[in-house]
Amino acid sequence: MRYLVSVIDDKSNPGSTDRRPAISAFNERLIAEGYWVFSGGLADTDAATVVDNRGEQAVFSDGPFVESKEYLAGVWVWEVPDLDVALKLAAEASKVCDRKIEVRPFL
Amino acid sequence: MSDVEEAVTRAHHDEWARVVAALARRFGDLDIAEEAAAEAFATAVERWPAEGVPPNPGAWLTTTANRKAIDRIRRENKRDDKHREAQMVYDDPPEPVGAIDDDRLRLIFTCCHPALAMEARVALTLRMVGGLTVPEIARAFLVAESAMGQRITRAKAKIKAARIPYRMPSAEDLPARVSGVLAVLFLVFNEGYLASGPGTDPVRHELTAEAIRLTRLIRALLPDDGEVAGLLALMLLIEARRTARVSAGGELVPLAEQDRGAWDAELIAEGHRLVRERLAAAAAGVAPGRYQILAAINAVHTSARDIRDTDWSQVLALYDQLVRLDPSPIIALNRAIAVAELDGPEVALAIVDRLAEALAGYHAYHATRADLLRRLGRSRQSRAAYDRAIELAGNTGETAYLTRRRDQLH
Repeated sequence: MRYLVSVIDDKSNPGSTDRRPAISAFNERLIAEGYWVFSGGLADTDAATVVDNRGEQAVFSDGPFVESKEYLAGVWVWEVPDLDVALKLAAEASKVCDRKIEVRPFL
Repeated sequence: MSDVEEAVTRAHHDEWARVVAALARRFGDLDIAEEAAAEAFATAVERWPAEGVPPNPGAWLTTTANRKAIDRIRRENKRDDKHREAQMVYDDPPEPVGAIDDDRLRLIFTCCHPALAMEARVALTLRMVGGLTVPEIARAFLVAESAMGQRITRAKAKIKAARIPYRMPSAEDLPARVSGVLAVLFLVFNEGYLASGPGTDPVRHELTAEAIRLTRLIRALLPDDGEVAGLLALMLLIEARRTARVSAGGELVPLAEQDRGAWDAELIAEGHRLVRERLAAAAAGVAPGRYQILAAINAVHTSARDIRDTDWSQVLALYDQLVRLDPSPIIALNRAIAVAELDGPEVALAIVDRLAEALAGYHAYHATRADLLRRLGRSRQSRAAYDRAIELAGNTGETAYLTRRRDQLH
């Protein structure tokens, strides 16, 4: 079962910025245990561009699709047997990243 | 009720959870398990009067429900021509030898999974484990039937989509997961014990009875868990006072004014037995959890033949123990009531006043203050506190009691 694991940061109360080494070590473990499929940190939402080409011509707009205090700071994709395993790892991930984590199954 | 009707009711009471749990395990799908179990009971209602009650109703119901489930899967396979079987088997690692293994426990842990919203856990547990119908649950929580149906459907869909496992938690997770189950059962009990909503009876026995029945089931399945025993004892000792707790006029009667002769001696004896069992465990070095301490407090109250015989120092010692475990302002408020009995209302009021910020929206805070102010002869302030308590109280019996008390002030 695959889960998208999102790291959520908060602009008004951001998590600490020194988490990189801890996250790398956590990733090594996820790989060793066979859960890791993909991971990546994301640039600031200011760097996002939204594209809408459902009409006559493509419209490009600067910034994220939704402006909010909370935003996506990074993602993982994990392959784990069930939600209990995913939640246990997510609890660790939240500590490691010093941020909230959303766990969402792929269809 | 005819013998057959009685047999169906008894079977529903004894076997519903077992049938649903076995089907859920076999087919890995709560929807199929629930519907097939309901169909099997409907078939029993149709056929038992003519054919007689089978010698082993549980086995008959499980076999019938299994057949219904397979029929349904065949029909659906024909309709959308998918190999559902592939997704129906939950891969379950072999259980360690000696672990408690009962399908009903798996069902309970799944329904009370922490990834589900609390109200979904409550509804799902009452439906899948308790066997209450959706209209019954909707009525119990004053929610429209369609909304309650949707709540249960959504919870089942999340279990399937997010792959919440149908499994016993690991030994390491067990205490936290059991405590989650107990929270659900205590919430059901409390909703019965202090029913909210303007149009409802002050006490709804069907909910307290169902909570006790389910807690007994968990107690049978997890006999060594101290908190399960504690919660069962707590519920029994509160339930024992049920008839004395509401006056003929529908007004809530506080502990001090209850007719203790009307308490249920049998339930009290059972509750006291459980508390003694936990006291023995505590003496052997097992630290008691919050339900065990709350049960012990209720055991002290139910041991006194008269309010004046209450061992308040024992009550206070237990609250002190509880505060160390759970430093919440609500516990501190209840502790202050014991302090008032030992050290007087003035000392208690000082403690209560410190909780003002945390409990400003809680009716019991204002009711407690009102009572302490009344005892201190500060009528004007007491009246204001009663007013606020009445405004916030959701229980009809409690509102009636508080109103009478306020109107008796000089």
